[in-house]
Amino acid sequence: MAPDGREVAAGPRLVRPYALTSGRTESVVDLPIEATFEVSPSGRTATWPEGDLSGQILDLCAAKESVAEVSAKMHIPLGVARVLLGDLVTAGHLKTRTTISENTTSDERRELIERTLSGLRAL
Amino acid sequence: MDYAPSNRNSASTKIVVAGGFGVGKTTFVGAVSEIDPLRTEALVTNESEGQDDISKVQQKHTTTVAMDFGRITLAENLVLYLFGTPGQRRFWFMWDDLVKGAIGAVVLVDVRRLDDSFAAVDYFEAKGLPFIVALNQFDGSQEFGPDDIREALAIPAHIPVIEVDARDRESAKKALVRITEFALTQLTGVAASA
Repeated sequence: MAPDGREVAAGPRLVRPYALTSGRTESVVDLPIEATFEVSPSGRTATWPEGDLSGQILDLCAAKESVAEVSAKMHIPLGVARVLLGDLVTAGHLKTRTTISENTTSDERRELIERTLSGLRAL
Repeated sequence: MDYAPSNRNSASTKIVVAGGFGVGKTTFVGAVSEIDPLRTEALVTNESEGQDDISKVQQKHTTTVAMDFGRITLAENLVLYLFGTPGQRRFWFMWDDLVKGAIGAVVLVDVRRLDDSFAAVDYFEAKGLPFIVALNQFDGSQEFGPDDIREALAIPAHIPVIEVDARDRESAKKALVRITEFALTQLTGVAASA
């Protein structure tokens, strides 16, 4: 059980991890480990075949969980989580929220660090 | 199908907590995280000639590297993640992934294992990531202070060296404030040269 009360996968998966990605090890989109997502309307309404992890992943994303949490809570390696999440981004079901990246301007970077600092001070 | 663009201000960011095995990284993360630290794993092919236990296994095989992490919701639209680095040096290639986009790093130091800290300091210097050094006084011993550590690890004068109790929320929080403040001051320099 997750801290917020939702059921999560109960233990290690017995499937070879990269079987879940048809052997692909690289995500098509660059996903920072701390990235969180917004679920698009198509992501909310899509239905998935049995055994497809996409539905569970989208539920976690809707709860504002990051790439790291999707990996941890679904008991799938980080690389596998990235490939599966990347597929959902490419399909338009997910949109990544802001993180600091190579494309972040120095103003954006400063703004994000300042917000982090005031948040930490207020804890 | 079209949908409203992401709220531009909704963001997540991260701070890396580094240091050798057993120095208290997960304790530090757990002290200040709003969730019990979670563990994510990455698969790596083991071709190490290192000296740790895993390398005693004869064949090349796939092994997992674990990283513990926590999170702090700082505002409705801002989440800070804290990632503990995998301890063993041979897994440091994974750090590149962690360091990318991080605000900065807290290098936890155990006076009994300065070697591990040395390597972490070197790594962040090479990567140009802002970092502070936090001497973990977990056993209450004040035998060595920040000045001793600065000298022993040859930490440049502008880099903060502080004391921390990794088990204590307020202490861990102070360390996070400190690295974030420091990252902000470093930004001025970076922005000027960029």
